[in-house]
Amino acid sequence: MNNKFRKLLGKAGFWLLVTVIVLFAVFPFYYAILTSFETGSGLFQVNYLPESVTLANYVSVFKGQPFGHNIFNSVFVSFMVVALSLLLGVTASYALARVKFAGRGLLLLTILSVSMFPQVAVLSGMFELIRGVGLYNNMFGLAISYMMLTLPFTVWVLTAFMRELPRELEEAAVMDGASPWIIIRRVFLPVMWPAMVTTGLLAFIAAWNEFLFALTFTLTDDKRTVPVAIALISGASQHEMPWGNIMAASVIVTLPLIVLVLIFQRRIVSGLTAGAVKG
Amino acid sequence: MAQASSLTRARRRSAWIFLAPMLVILAAVAGWPLLRTFYFGFTDANLSDLSSYHFIGIENFYAVYDGETYGLLTDPDWWQAVWNTLFFSVISVSLETALGMIVALVLNQNFRGRALVRAAVLIPWAIPTIVSARMWNWMLHDQFGIINDMLMKLGIISAPIAWTASPEWAMSAVILVDVWKTTPFMALLILAALQMLPGDCYEAARVDGIHPVRVFFKVTLPLIKPAVMVAVIFRALDALRVFDVIYVLTPNNPQTTTMSVYARQQLVDFQEVGYGSAASTLLFIVIAFCIMAYIMIGRVRLDEGGH
Repeated sequence: MNNKFRKLLGKAGFWLLVTVIVLFAVFPFYYAILTSFETGSGLFQVNYLPESVTLANYVSVFKGQPFGHNIFNSVFVSFMVVALSLLLGVTASYALARVKFAGRGLLLLTILSVSMFPQVAVLSGMFELIRGVGLYNNMFGLAISYMMLTLPFTVWVLTAFMRELPRELEEAAVMDGASPWIIIRRVFLPVMWPAMVTTGLLAFIAAWNEFLFALTFTLTDDKRTVPVAIALISGASQHEMPWGNIMAASVIVTLPLIVLVLIFQRRIVSGLTAGAVKG
Repeated sequence: MAQASSLTRARRRSAWIFLAPMLVILAAVAGWPLLRTFYFGFTDANLSDLSSYHFIGIENFYAVYDGETYGLLTDPDWWQAVWNTLFFSVISVSLETALGMIVALVLNQNFRGRALVRAAVLIPWAIPTIVSARMWNWMLHDQFGIINDMLMKLGIISAPIAWTASPEWAMSAVILVDVWKTTPFMALLILAALQMLPGDCYEAARVDGIHPVRVFFKVTLPLIKPAVMVAVIFRALDALRVFDVIYVLTPNNPQTTTMSVYARQQLVDFQEVGYGSAASTLLFIVIAFCIMAYIMIGRVRLDEGGH
């Protein structure tokens, strides 16, 4: 009897823990959605459940500032960064994973350390570079600077994936005298799609969320990316912040990401563990 | 034999051809800017005109004029930033590890709706840092914030707290938001390690009637320790360079200014590229030490696989 009671208590405790975890994880986003549907005085009364639903904030975000531009900028930069990173990453990772050559270990180590650079440590040099090539306040300039964030990590994760592929896969092709480029295209790419999707998605998230470079290397409102635009929405004073607008913009920017992450969650987990290096 | 070696040579050659574009880009966007930043640290460069500057040696770090000392190493604001960074990193990574472990252990159980719970846990990770900082900014608002409302309704506090503006609470607010945002990452990495564990020793422990808590500390923890260490150092590297969340959540609060925030402030807001670059260099050195620790503790396997 006593044992049964203890088991029941344990079960209740477990479900309580699960509830707390879920609430803690989800509540802030729920509250952001709730706020984004409120206007006027409704904003300044704390509600736990939706009281009014109006799309006014969503409309005014696009009217009051070039938020449409900002979204376009973010999409444009992110896709460019993903495409470039994958193209350069897949060929490089073939060389790093499948070909033995002197200095390979050192090279991988260097690439790994680049992915851990603090962004601010390259800030002044990057600023000079981007201004020097005339790409200040320009989406191409941002895309170039983002390569520092996405390329090392893309190469690293793709190398980890490519190492796992069986040797027999390419041996037959080598026997047939196929060139490495053909081997990559015909043998590896078809089986690499899952890895490419994962890596591409992680690179997309990194580019979509990037803040420091976007803040520093753009100047005008219409050239900003969405994180910078959201960070810079402000009112006349601390107490006049347009919280409804800020929350509407936040929801717009976050929803696609959440959908992507939920669809690809298994893949993301394997990508993250590959990126964090198997010890 | 001769054919095989010529084949190997051809493979090596094409390997370098494949690597070249990636290496060139990486050198251009990481190597070169890093070296320039190091160099700027020894100059009096200014943002208004980056083309004219003078080499001034270590004056940005330490200098003496008329018996007065100047430079980063004597700047109390810099040392406050160093302290803030270390404090933030140690506390938030410890909390994330502990909470991440709990979440991972929960997700490792078989229960109905596990997939849904895992999806829910991933949400904070998917939200951009800037957005999460803004969301918490609103929730922590001193007058209209829901956090103050909850705490007051529960009777925990009697008057609203200015979470992000007050010197004594700002750091806690930043840590709270960081923990909320990155615990999922920690949980996922630990969960991946948990799922690699062999099931048979748990079977044996259950048959022997050993208490689960004891099994956790004696069996599970030692086995997943290497993976946890890698995750901890990975997170610590992120925490040491933290910028976004602090810039948005507690702007211009000396209590939360970290090394990255300090360096950018000097570089961009005060236009002192030389001085800011010196600060960036010091931050880089701190992180470089951590990377070495990461590589040694993680015992990164770099040269396996391939032919």
